[in-house]
Amino acid sequence: MNTLRYLSLPDLEAFYDLLADAIDLVPPEKTELMLTKLALLMANEVADIEKLKALLESARQDL
Amino acid sequence: MRATGRVPKVEVTQSMHQPVSTPRFSIYYDYKVFPFQPPPELRGEQVRHPVTIVGAGPIGLVAALELARFGIPSVILTAERQVSEGSRALAYTRRSMEILQQVGVAERIARDGLPWQYGISFFRGEPVFHMDMGHDDDDRFFPATNLQQQYLEQYLIEQIEANPLVELRWASRVIGIDGHDDDGVTLRVDTPEGEYALRADWVIAADGARSTLRQALGLRMVGDSYQGRFVIADIRVKLPFETRRRAYFDPSWNPGNTVLMHRAPHDIWRIDYQLPAGETPEQALSRESLFARINEQLAMVGQAGVEWELDWCSVYSAYAMTLTDYVHGRIIFAGDAAHMLPIFGVRGANTGFQDANNLGWKLALVHRGLAPRTLLDTYSHERVAAAQEIVDEAGKSTRFMTPPTRGFRLLRDAVLSLTLTQPFVRPLLHWRTSRPHDYVTSPLNTRGDDDAMFEAGPRKGAVLRNIRLGEDDFLFDHLPAGFLVLDFCEDPAVAPEVVDVVQRWRDRGLPLSIVAVRRQPGEVAGADLTIAAGGTSMFDKYGANGLPAVYLVRPDQHVAARWRSVSGEGLDQALRTAMGAGSKEQCS
Repeated sequence: MNTLRYLSLPDLEAFYDLLADAIDLVPPEKTELMLTKLALLMANEVADIEKLKALLESARQDL
Repeated sequence: MRATGRVPKVEVTQSMHQPVSTPRFSIYYDYKVFPFQPPPELRGEQVRHPVTIVGAGPIGLVAALELARFGIPSVILTAERQVSEGSRALAYTRRSMEILQQVGVAERIARDGLPWQYGISFFRGEPVFHMDMGHDDDDRFFPATNLQQQYLEQYLIEQIEANPLVELRWASRVIGIDGHDDDGVTLRVDTPEGEYALRADWVIAADGARSTLRQALGLRMVGDSYQGRFVIADIRVKLPFETRRRAYFDPSWNPGNTVLMHRAPHDIWRIDYQLPAGETPEQALSRESLFARINEQLAMVGQAGVEWELDWCSVYSAYAMTLTDYVHGRIIFAGDAAHMLPIFGVRGANTGFQDANNLGWKLALVHRGLAPRTLLDTYSHERVAAAQEIVDEAGKSTRFMTPPTRGFRLLRDAVLSLTLTQPFVRPLLHWRTSRPHDYVTSPLNTRGDDDAMFEAGPRKGAVLRNIRLGEDDFLFDHLPAGFLVLDFCEDPAVAPEVVDVVQRWRDRGLPLSIVAVRRQPGEVAGADLTIAAGGTSMFDKYGANGLPAVYLVRPDQHVAARWRSVSGEGLDQALRTAMGAGSKEQCS
C-alpha cells in the first residue's frame, strides 16, 4: 500500500509560484544559500534518510 | 602540528648539534636552559638501554614516567635545551588529568590551571550553540583544564629529575638509525660534543608531528589534510569572560572564517583565526596584519581599545591523519609522531597521553618477559582504532570549521544561517572533543565473562569511572599501579581461590593488587586495599548494587573482564588474555 502523501495539483502550482518568487526576491548570489537552507528544512520534515537519498538522486537526474 | 611559523626548523648541517642556548622569549614564562651533560657513550663506554624515548614533549615525558611506574628505566633524548615555545597543547581533558595523576603531576596542574566545562558558539553576535561537557560530583577533575604547555612540561621534568629510573638528555638530537633488528635499535645522536651511537632494546618515537624516526622509516600516514590554515596567537589582556571555549563563526572582520578564543592562566588569551584564502603564513604573521586582526576580534567581543601584549604566534594547518601501525619492529610510535589531529577538539596531546598510558605497562611487561611480545601488537590495535575514530570525528568538525569545497561551504553557511531560528541544526555546531576510547574489540578482553549481565558500570574495554569517596578524596587517588582485581561484595574475606591466583602471578613478578569494595569500614581479609564505599555512588555506578561484582582492570584503568562471580581458573585465564596471550599468535 502506498502511504506517501502527494501535493494536490493546486498546491503544487502554488508552491511553484512561491518558489519562483522567492528565487527572484533574493539577490542572485544568495540563491544557492537560500535553496540549501530550504533543502535542510525540508529534510528535517521528511525525516527519512533513505527517502532523502532517493530525492537527492532524482534531483541530480537530467540536469 | 604547526607547520610553519616560529617553530625551529630541522636543519641539516655538518657541524655538531648546537641548540639555542638563550632562553626563549615569553612575557609570562621564565624559561630555564638546561645543560648538556656528556653521556657515557661519548667517553667510549658501551651502554645498552632498555628503552630510549625520542622527544621530550608531554607524550615522551609521560611515557618515561609510566615505564618507571613499572620499574623500567629509560633515557629521553631531546634536541632542545628548554621546554617548548608557546602555550601549544593548553587544554587537558579529564581523562588526561586522570592519567597525569598517575604520573604525579595532576595536582599541580589543577592548582595552576583554569578548569572549564562549557563551550559557546556565536554567529553574527548571537550565541547559537551552548555545549556542556558534563561534570558531576564523582569527578575530581573538570572536563578540561587550561594550562600552557611549558608548565606541564616543567612539572613532568621535575618529576623525572626526582626519579632515578629516568635520564633526560638535553641537546641530543637523533639524526638517524644506524641499526635496527630483532635484537634492538642503534640510534645516531648528535650533540654539542659530537655524535655517538646509542643502543636500546626498544625505542619510543615521541618526536612529534615532523618525527625524524617516522621519516627515517619511510612511514606514511593515512587520512586528510585540510587547506585551511590558522593563526594561533597568545596575548596578555584582561577580558571579563569566564573560562570556556568560545567560537565565532563568520565574524564581520573575517567573513566566512572561524575564530576561537581560549583563556589561560596569567591573563593569557589564545586567539585562533583562519587565514583568508591565498594568504601566506608570512603575510598572516606580519606585525600589521596580526595586530590589526587581533584588534578587530577584540572590538567584535566588545573590548575595542583594550591594552594587550603579544606573547607568541604561529600558523598551523589542520590534519586528520594516522599511521596504520604504531609498532615497527622495536620502534614504537606515540603522540603526534603517530597521528596528527586538528587542534579544535583538544585532541592532540590528549590523544597522546592515552597512547603513553596504553603503551607504558605493555612495554614494561614485555621487556620483563612477563608477557608475550604480541601484547605490543595490541597497543597498535587499540590505539590505531582510537585514532581512526578520532580522525573520523575530527574530520566532521574540520569540514565545518574550514569547509574544503564549495559544497561543504554552502552547507556550512546554510546551517549557520538556520541556527538563528532553527534549533534542529544547532547540534551540528557540536565540536566533538577528545574522550577515552572504549577498547570494545580488544583481543585483551575476556570473551564469555558476565559483561552482558551488567546494567551499569564501565563496560568491558572502557575506562574505570572515578568515584567521590569523601571530601577531596576519590577512588583514583587510591588505586595502585598494575593490574587490579576490584571485588564488590559483602563477605569479610576475598574468595581464597582468587587470592591464590593473584599470589601466583605476583610471585612471577606481575604488579597485581586486590582492591575490595565494601559498604562497611574495616579491612577485608585477602585484599591489599579495602575501600569503604558505603554512602557513595560506587555500588550504583559499577552495577554492583545488590549483586556481587568482580572487575579485572588493566594497569591503564581499562576493564578487561567483569563477572558476577569468578573462579580462580576464570581469573587466571582472563589475566593471561589481558596480557596478550589470546592475541594473534599464542605464546606459551
